[in-house]
Amino acid sequence: MAVIGADTPYAAARAVHARAKRLGRRPGVARLGVVILLFLIWEIAARFFLDRDFISPPSIVLMSFGELFRTSGVAPALWLTLYEIAVAFVLAVIIGAGIGLAVGLNRFAHHSFMPIVLLLYGIPQITILPIFILVFGIGAPSKIAFGVSHGMFPIMIAVAAGVQKIEPVLFVSARSMGANRLQLFRHVIFPHMIPSFFTGMRLGMSGVLLGVLLAELYVSTAGIGYFTSVFTENFDATKLIGLVTMLAAIAIVLNEIVRRAELHFARWRD
Amino acid sequence: MNSTEQATARGRLLSLLVQLAFLAILLLLWTLATTVWGVSRILLPNPLDVWHQFVAVVSSGAFVPDLEVTLGELAAAFAISTTLGVSLGYWISRSHYLIKVFEPLLAAIYAIPIILFLPLYVLMLGLGPNSKIALGATISFFPIVLSTIAGFGHVDRRFVTAARSMGANDLQLFRYVLLPAALPVILAGLRMGFTVALLSVIASETIASFAGLGHRIVDLAENMETPRMFAYIVFVILVVALLNAVVSKLERQARWR
Repeated sequence: MAVIGADTPYAAARAVHARAKRLGRRPGVARLGVVILLFLIWEIAARFFLDRDFISPPSIVLMSFGELFRTSGVAPALWLTLYEIAVAFVLAVIIGAGIGLAVGLNRFAHHSFMPIVLLLYGIPQITILPIFILVFGIGAPSKIAFGVSHGMFPIMIAVAAGVQKIEPVLFVSARSMGANRLQLFRHVIFPHMIPSFFTGMRLGMSGVLLGVLLAELYVSTAGIGYFTSVFTENFDATKLIGLVTMLAAIAIVLNEIVRRAELHFARWRD
Repeated sequence: MNSTEQATARGRLLSLLVQLAFLAILLLLWTLATTVWGVSRILLPNPLDVWHQFVAVVSSGAFVPDLEVTLGELAAAFAISTTLGVSLGYWISRSHYLIKVFEPLLAAIYAIPIILFLPLYVLMLGLGPNSKIALGATISFFPIVLSTIAGFGHVDRRFVTAARSMGANDLQLFRYVLLPAALPVILAGLRMGFTVALLSVIASETIASFAGLGHRIVDLAENMETPRMFAYIVFVILVVALLNAVVSKLERQARWR
């Protein structure tokens, strides 16, 4: 080694120590350390100090993932929940973008209906969950409907705000160059609504997730809500934590997809 | 008043009329649905019945025990999340390194729908108020800690240097530089934390509980007492709106100081 002063064992040890210290100083490494520490505390507390009926150490949760999936009905329940989220998201995007465009593109409609949209968005929807169940039943439709009602408002508001900010001069010049309505939408409105549309979709996805999961947890005969209550009643902490972890992972992946899409598509204007 | 001003004034009046007409049509459709079209009374009660029930609930004071439970849970949850969130946020914000370590971690956990913790809390803490307090505290902890970090962490360095060079000690620095600079951001976080704590307390009462406003609505739904359920829904919506308005007003006042 041609490092100056590396000819003594002390210097070599010091170099290793310095490198380790530099590594430890990197925030990413330290963050990983914090996460590992938290899991270690959880593991030790659950293994030696707490009641295993109520909490399960992460190592055992991890090992019993296979068993969780072999439990009859759990895999279909996860698929059903994913299906509810997907359908609710698509419907929320269609309804949200449709109403958002209608309200955002017309000044009068904006003044008249935006306050109503904001008022409805402000209502704590959890209070009307029982009505959704009364109307749509305890199956998938009520979960989808509740997801849609949570997801469509942010999309509506973001799209309306986005198209409202388009400068009037762009409409005028496109018109004067002979653009018809379709061309106006394709070349002026559409490119300008993309950033706010994707912001709306990100917020809409968290809304859909919240709505579907709330409705699932409230009442369910086949989805994951059924299994969370079964595992709770049987004090099966291992499977309950495993299932909740799976759902959290699904939520993180879905959120991350729309967040990346937003980062990608919202960039062109800035 | 020139012609454009007149036009906007007329437009505003027209918008208001459209809004009122919208609400009136909604109420009319509701009434028609229950009287003429014969929609089942169990699904959709008559608006007059709902009004009578609402008056009965409010005037008899039947809501008081449930309101007490919900507000008690909310107070405990908010107290826990504020204490932990502000103190932890302040500690993290004192070092750029700690901000870099913890902020992305907290933001990542905040992205998970935290309502998923509810089954775990019910298993560990039972169906009583404790699981609701735990959920409300967990959900409201994140906006509070993140806004505290943002508030204290992004105070202009020059203010700190200037105060130090004028001989401010730690306490004076905190009182006259850091706190005034960070307060608006923290207050916004506290308001948001309050709102989500309130909603999650009601949500967890709805999903699994013995008492509280959320539980009352579910109880009435299961007994098919829909007019009274609608009355309670209106009552809860009004309570939430009132609490949010009070908190927003407090926030504005505190910011003025």
